[in-house]
This record gives sequence, C-alpha cells and structure tokens, in this order.
Amino acid sequence: MRRPRMAIFALVGLLGSALLVLAATRPPAAGTVSGTVTYTGTPPKMKPIDMAKEPSCAKQHATPVMTENVVTGPNNALGWVVVYVSAGDQGSAAATTAVRYDQKGCQYVPHVAVMQTNQPLEIYNDDQTSHNIHPLAKDNAEWNKSQPPGAPPIHATYDKPEFIPVKCNVHPWMHGYFIVLSTSHYAVTGEDGAFTLKGLPPGKYTLTAWHERFGTQTQEVTVGDGATPPVKFVFKALPY
Amino acid sequence: MGKLFALLVAVIAIVSTAFFVMHTWWMPPDVSVLGEGIDHQLLETMTASGVLFVAAQLTLAFFVWRFAGNDPARPIKSFPGGPTPMVVIATVLVGIEVVTLSLVGSKVWAGMYLTPADPASLQIDVQAEQFAYYFRYAGPDGKFGGLHPDLIDEGSSNFFGLDPANDTTARDDIVSSSLVVPVNKPVLLNMHAKDVGHSFYVPALRIQQDFVPGLVIPLHFTATTPGKYEIVCTQLCGLGHYNMRAFLEVKSQADYDQWLKDQANQ
Amino acid sequence: MTHVRETKAKIAELKREAPASFLRRYVFSLDHKVIGKQYLGLALVAVTVGMILSWLMRLHLGYPKLAIPGLSTLYPSGAAGGVMTPELYLSLMTMHGTIMVFFVLTTAPFAGFGNYFLPIQVGAEDMAFPRFNMMSFWVTFVAFLVLLAAFFVPEGAPLSGWTAYAPLSAVGKDAGPGQGLGQTLWGLSIAIFCIGQLLGSLNFIATTLDLRTKGMTLGRMPYSTWAWFITSVIGLIAFAVLLPACILLVLDRVAGTSFFIPAGLVISDRLQPHAGGSPLLWQHLFWFFGHPEVYIAILPGFGIVSHILAAHIRKPLLGPRVLIGCMAAIGFLSYVVWGHHMFLSGMNPFSAMLFSVPTLIITIPATIATLLWIGSLYGAKLRFTAASLFCLGFISVFVSGGISGFFLAQPSIDIYLHGTYFVVGHFHFVMGVAAMFGIFAATYFWFPKMFGRFMNETLGKWHFALTLIGVYGIFMPMHYLGLAGNVRRYSAFTDDYMQSAQPLHQFITIAALFTGAVQLLFFINLIWSRFRGPAAPDNPWEATTLEWTTTTPPPPNNFGDTHPIVYRGPDEYGVKGPNGDYLMQTDPAGA
Repeated sequence: MRRPRMAIFALVGLLGSALLVLAATRPPAAGTVSGTVTYTGTPPKMKPIDMAKEPSCAKQHATPVMTENVVTGPNNALGWVVVYVSAGDQGSAAATTAVRYDQKGCQYVPHVAVMQTNQPLEIYNDDQTSHNIHPLAKDNAEWNKSQPPGAPPIHATYDKPEFIPVKCNVHPWMHGYFIVLSTSHYAVTGEDGAFTLKGLPPGKYTLTAWHERFGTQTQEVTVGDGATPPVKFVFKALPY
Repeated sequence: MGKLFALLVAVIAIVSTAFFVMHTWWMPPDVSVLGEGIDHQLLETMTASGVLFVAAQLTLAFFVWRFAGNDPARPIKSFPGGPTPMVVIATVLVGIEVVTLSLVGSKVWAGMYLTPADPASLQIDVQAEQFAYYFRYAGPDGKFGGLHPDLIDEGSSNFFGLDPANDTTARDDIVSSSLVVPVNKPVLLNMHAKDVGHSFYVPALRIQQDFVPGLVIPLHFTATTPGKYEIVCTQLCGLGHYNMRAFLEVKSQADYDQWLKDQANQ
Repeated sequence: MTHVRETKAKIAELKREAPASFLRRYVFSLDHKVIGKQYLGLALVAVTVGMILSWLMRLHLGYPKLAIPGLSTLYPSGAAGGVMTPELYLSLMTMHGTIMVFFVLTTAPFAGFGNYFLPIQVGAEDMAFPRFNMMSFWVTFVAFLVLLAAFFVPEGAPLSGWTAYAPLSAVGKDAGPGQGLGQTLWGLSIAIFCIGQLLGSLNFIATTLDLRTKGMTLGRMPYSTWAWFITSVIGLIAFAVLLPACILLVLDRVAGTSFFIPAGLVISDRLQPHAGGSPLLWQHLFWFFGHPEVYIAILPGFGIVSHILAAHIRKPLLGPRVLIGCMAAIGFLSYVVWGHHMFLSGMNPFSAMLFSVPTLIITIPATIATLLWIGSLYGAKLRFTAASLFCLGFISVFVSGGISGFFLAQPSIDIYLHGTYFVVGHFHFVMGVAAMFGIFAATYFWFPKMFGRFMNETLGKWHFALTLIGVYGIFMPMHYLGLAGNVRRYSAFTDDYMQSAQPLHQFITIAALFTGAVQLLFFINLIWSRFRGPAAPDNPWEATTLEWTTTTPPPPNNFGDTHPIVYRGPDEYGVKGPNGDYLMQTDPAGA
C-alpha cells in the first residue's frame, strides 16, 4: 500500500505548492496602474556642467554633475517623466504636506517637483552662495526671489495647474520644473522608468506622460476589479 | 587753526602717497604682451601725479600756516608775477604731460584696439549673459555653427542657441565655461551679449572691453605666462553682476591640445 | 532795451507789497529768496536720504553677512532675515547716486544758493521770471516725489545705476527685480527734473544779462554770479538733451519702441519683442548730458569758494579775469569730452583718442584755477572761519579728485581702471566731497544773511576737521582698491583676487559711518542756530558784494527803497575804506 500513500503525499505537495505559488504572486490590488516609460532611437548625450564660476558648489561634486533634461536608465528606461491622470479623476484629496525644493550644490533637487494646486511649496538654499529662483509661470503669478546663504526658506503655492520651468537668475545652468497638477494621482519615473499610480477607483481614465524634452503622450486605461495590465509609454528620442 | 589745517593736510598727503609708493594694494603681475605698455603708462602718470599731488598739498598747507592771522605789521603781498606764472606753469607742465602721455598712450591703445588681430589667431566666440560667460571653440571641423537665439536652452547646456539637428558645423562646436588658451599664441575673441550690457575684464592681462547687445566686438591678446586668472564683469548687468565671472586658463601648448581633445570627446 | 525796463518795472510792481496769505508767502511764493530756501530744504532732505542709503550700502559691503536690524521690516522681500540681497544693494546704490547727483549736487549749490543770491548780487529785485521760478521749484519737488515713489512699488526701486544703461533699463521687468515700474518712475522723475532745471536756467541767464543794476557791468560781477551764469548756460544745453533721452527710454519700456534695444535679445528665457535700437545711443545721449552735469555740480563751488576766499584772505584773489576765463573754458570744453566715459563701450576706438585730448586739456584751466587759489594765499591775512576752512579744504580735495581724473582721462590707463573703485574714489572726491564742501562753505557764510543769526563757529570748525579726516579715510583707499582691480557696483566680493581687499572695505565702512555721524554736528548747528543763534549784523564778514549792503535778512524787494549803484568790482580787499580794509561795490569814494 506504499504507492497510494506516496501518490497522496505528492498530490498534497503539488496542491500545497500551487496554493503557495498562487498566494505569492498575489494579483495587483484593484485600483493600481503601473507601467514603464522607455524610448526608442538615440537620446542626446548629457553634458557635464562646469561650475567653475562658483567654487563653493563645484567642490561639492567629486565629478561634475551632468545635465538632467534627458536621464536614461537600463533597457532604454526614461527618467523624470511625470505620469498623471489627466481625465476621469473621480476626486483627489487636497495635499497639505509641503513639497520641498532644494538648491544644493548649485542644482535643483529634485529636478522635477510635482505638487497639487494650493499645495505648500518650500524652497531652501543649502549653498554658500546666493541663489535667485525664478519660476517662469504663465498662468500662475511669475515671481523671482533671492536667497542669500542662511536666508529663511521661501514659501509659495500655485493655484492653477501648469508646467512651470524654473531657472536660477544667478546660475544659468540651474534648471528644473514645478509641475502643478489638480490630481493627486501622479508619479515621477526614476532611472528605471517605472511608475505606479495607486488608489484609483474603478473607471475609465486618461493617463498623460510628460517629458520636458520629448513632449507628452496619452493613453486610455480602464481600472476594473481585477489587475490592470501594465501601461507602457514609448517616446521617440532624437540625438539633437 | 591754520597750523591744525596745515598739519592735517600735510599728514594726509604724505600718508596717502606712501601707500601708493609702497604698492601695498597693487595690480597683479602682468601676463600679456601688451600689458607692459599699460603698466609703463600707469607708472609714468603715477610718478608725475604723485609729485604734483604732494607739491600742491604741501604748498597749500605751507601757505595756510605761513599767512594765517591778521598781524597788522605784516603787509599783504601779491604772488610775484601775478597770475602769469600760474598760467605758464599750468599750461607748460600740464601741456607737456598731455602731449607726451597722449602720444605714448595712443601707441598702447592703438596696439590693442586699432590693430587687427594676427590672422593666425585662435578664434574663440564669447557670449556674455546674465550671469556667466560661455566660450565656444570651432571644434575639429574648424567651423563655427550658426547662432539662433530662439533655440537657446540652458537646461540642456545649449547656451549659444546652436542647431545641431540641422547645422552640421554646429555639432562639434565646443562650449566651455572657462576660457582656455595656449600660452604665447595670439587669441582673438569675438564678443557678443545675449541679453544686456556686460564687460570682459582680466586685470592680469590688462584688457577690458564692454559687450554691446546687437554688436559683435573683437578683442585680441596674447598671454605670456601659464596660470589661472579671473575674468570679471565690470558693466552692471543685474542682480548677479557681482557673481559673474569665469576663469582664463593659460596652458602649455601640449596641455591645451589635450584639453581640447577631452572637450571634443564629451 | 525797453524789454529790460519793462521787466524791471513788472518785478518792482510784484515786489511792492509782501503777499498776505501764508500759502503765497511761504509755499507758492514768487520771491526768489523763499524759492532758494525751498530748494535748500529739498536738498537737505535729499542728502539725508542719500546718506542713509550710503550707510546701508557700506554696511553690506564691509560686512556682507550682517543682518541689519530693521531692514527686513523696511524690505521684506529685499532683505528677508535682515541680510541684504544683491538686488536690494543695487537698488539702494541706484537711488543713492540719482538722489545725490540730481537732488543734492545740482539743487543746493545752483538752484538753492544761486536762486537766493544771484539776483541780489547783480542788484535786481528778483529773478526775471518769478512765476517760472516758482514753477521750477515745484516741478523739481514733484520729480523728487516721483523718484521716491519707486521705493514703494512692488518691484522695488530700479537697480541699473544712476546711469541706467540700456538695454537693462529699457526692456522692462524681464531684466530682473527693480526693472519694473520702479525704472519707469525713475525715467519720468528725471524727465520732470529736467523741465525744472530748464526753467531755472532760463531765469538765471535772463536775470544775469538783463537785470543788473546800474554800474554792475559783467566785469564787476562776483565770482559766484559768474559761476551760476556759466552753469546755467551749460545746464540749458545739457538738460535739453537728457529730457528727450529719458522720454525715449520710457517709450521703450511702455510703448514698445526700440530706440535702445536691438533684436535677438533673450532675457528670462524670452526672446524680447524689439529690434533696431542701439544701446550705445543711450550712452551717448546720457553722457552728453552727464559730463556737463558734473561741471554743473562743481562750477558753483568754484564760484562760491572764490567768493568766500576773497573775503577771508583780505586781499584780491590772484588773477580774477583769468579765474573767470578758466570757469568759462571748463564750461565750454565740458561739451566735447563726454566720450571719456565710453572709452571701452564699444564705440569706435579711434574716437577714444579724440575724446581723450580735450579731456586732458581741461586739466589746464582746472590747474590754473587751483594754482590761482593757492597763489592767492601767498601774502594773505587768512581769517579762519568754518566757511573759509571748507574753502581751503575744497582746494585740497579738488586737487586729490582732479589728479585721479588725470589717470582716467588716458584711454590706455582707463583699460585697467575703468569700472573699478578708482573711478568711484575719483568722482566722490570731486562731487561727493569738493562740491559738498562748497555747499558747507556757502551755508556757513550766507546763513547769517539769510536768517539773521550766526551758526556756531566752534561746532563748524569741529565739523570741518573731523569731516576732512573722514572723507579722506573713505575715498582715498578706494584708489588703492581700484589699482588692485577691485570692481565697482558689486554687492559682495566673492572673487578670489578680491579677498585681500575685504579689510580695506571694512576700514572704509567705519570711516563712512564716522563721517556720517560727524554730520550730526552740522545738522544740530543748523537747527539750533536757526532759532537760537547769536544775532548777525548786515555785514559780519566785512565783505564787498551787494548782498552785504542790504539788511540781514534782506527785505522782500532785496534793497528797500533805493536801487544800489555799483562803482567797483568785488575784489577791493586790502584797501583803506570807510569801514575797514575793504571797499564795498557800492562805495563811491575814490571811484
């Protein structure tokens, strides 16, 4: 009677493993959309930034920093892409935690800062030199403000959605973005090109992916009860 | 009162002159071919002026001391010769200085601004903007790409507004934040401004020239000593004026060639 | 000559009775003496504002990280936390220069003292056009208010310097903080100021040529009158050029014109919608005014110092005709040298040599004048009063300032010194110190005539001695800084090669604060003496000119019932006269 016992054990083992496997690869919770942003073609070469005129910043970087307008990663991943819900949003809570923007080593950190309308923004000068931050807003109020070293942080808010280029009036190489959105459903890709949007109730949505150099693309996505298939954005890169 | 005045003026004159003579605060060493002429002119003027300055102040002090007060026994006197010696001294002395300094000075000036650059000069395109300088080299193809102000994109380091997508000569242009030149080679800068007026001043080279928006202004020099020298802006251009500078790096020919190669490969 | 008779008759009619109402007597007065005092009052307010601005500037330059108490309340965005931002420094500097050059140095020695004393010194009852005169003051007053308004607009006061070079000053607020409404107000204020000055100059010229009393030939006019006359001729032409220049600048800013703005400029990442203009055009227009302007600032000082010195050396000045000839020569040559501010501007380098020669030649009449003053002291019987001390100090500082000009007049040396503190030291010596000394001398000298009381002489002498030391402490070191290549108009010195200059900047700051504090002696003296000073007689200094023949203070029509008759020039000192060692211009004896 050994064979029938082994057969039962094997069956139980199989069933058990199958259950375990099923449990481990839990399907994505309903209401999450994730994906990747990649590029085809040849992206432009990023250039090293020479901060010779500002030695107090230059010495903060062991090797010169590179420009950040096209940041790529393995497998043609594209970074600094803002992916957000541009239509179909069923309601976003107002954001109250402050978004922090640093001027550090004569760079804007992060390069692209995303915030919601009326969300507080705090701008810090961590450097030994004066900066004058100048967000070039068109729909919102345009202003610029100097911060000598040790000055208190600047508090700002934007009340209209807008993609605002930010420059420093003192250091021409410093460029960044304030992305002001009305939705709370957004993500910014890193060098892996990956993004995840959570907390989306079932419905039809339009996702927009924005890159400062390669433009915008949209895709429709429907969020159901089950897992939503991953969304892929592919941008066409040109060397110049 | 007269004695106090005389003492004050005499002390002030002597102390002031002492600091000039001692070169306590002075020009940096001159590292350009034409700089010697300027230094010579400056020293000539300083010597002549110094003598006149001390003489005038001490004479003033002495006269105030000597002719103070209302002693009835002392008759009033007029300066011997009346105003004529004054007119003569001023016209002759100043006239001689004016003529010699103008003649000598004009040669120095002409050498810098009225003489065309050596045809074999290394040409470098200079752009001044709020608040940095950028320098452009023609790159391996030896040609400068065209400039398009509407294409300027600082975030991607396209400071000059080059159009590499459509303009092949622009693709290998080398843009640098530092002015790197080989020693003892004539250099011709073609200077333009992107936004407002700026100026290009290198104390060590004894050169200075304003940028005028709308114009391209040539400026040439030859550096004689390797080293790192500051280029500063002397034309008020906005809030960052005080922070607008770049470095001139004078390298040996070998070092310069290596630098150029490294830049081309970036 | 009937128009002269008619003018004199009209003025006599006007001055017959003093006006009744307070407003007509003290506010909208047609009396040149009241108008002169109003100008002086305006200049006093302006110099106080300008001086405070300079203290703030020097505090920041000497101690850049200093949080200045109260500054963040005054300028919440320009100095959050009390530390001055670069743009605030530059706007304070712009307003300091503008206020001092226009509302102090052009107003006090010329419009202020000139208005009060020119008619009296020529023996007239008032200026030729009393209504124009009143208007000229109020127009200047409005200009001052418009300028001060720039401090209060949201974008702040302009930061392009008192020279307001285009395109920085012309493109509008893209060019940065301070370049919004503040710069437009600056342009409007200066244009309005020009109108006031033109009205004033017309008055001075007409009065000098037409209203001199019997016997007052041009050759018998006092030095100060000659200086005011020459200054008003220069002013007429200079301000007539600045007025349209400012209008064009304002048009570029608000009406979309492009007089001074070329095509293709990218500012704040925006391509500017202008084309066809020339930044150099602004510089030529500005300096065509700007150079004569600095002689407008100093020539009255020449006249005032000569006038006061003559009364204190108790002998005639050396070479009176030569001295007046020098003033006229300087006035004439002032028109052909403006390019020396522009040697490196990008204008044709050949013109640099053309401008350099007359600039160097101006040294000759200036040197002759200086030698004549010094030579006049030979064999004199010098009386030391606060007024004469400031005159002697004027000679010393004018020598200092003039000699540094000698360097800058040569283009090859200017290559190195342009845009450095050497220039700042130079122009402060000749304008900020020499012209100011002229104003101080005039105040101590003429205060008794204007207010009937003496200023305190002891305080005045202390004021002089400490100020002389202070100003040399501030401005002589700037020449050393310039020689070391220290650039001007910098809000901080971050460059490597300028680090060794920082201690010298701190020394200058301390000297500036010290000198500013010393001016309290002058202010206190002024206010105290106005109400409590000892009574002054009609001719306290035993001087010869017409203002001393009339009562202290003068009656509304200056000379009462009789018109003065002049028999001699203003230089009759050291001769035996009925009252002492001098003969007044109206003394007939021995004529």
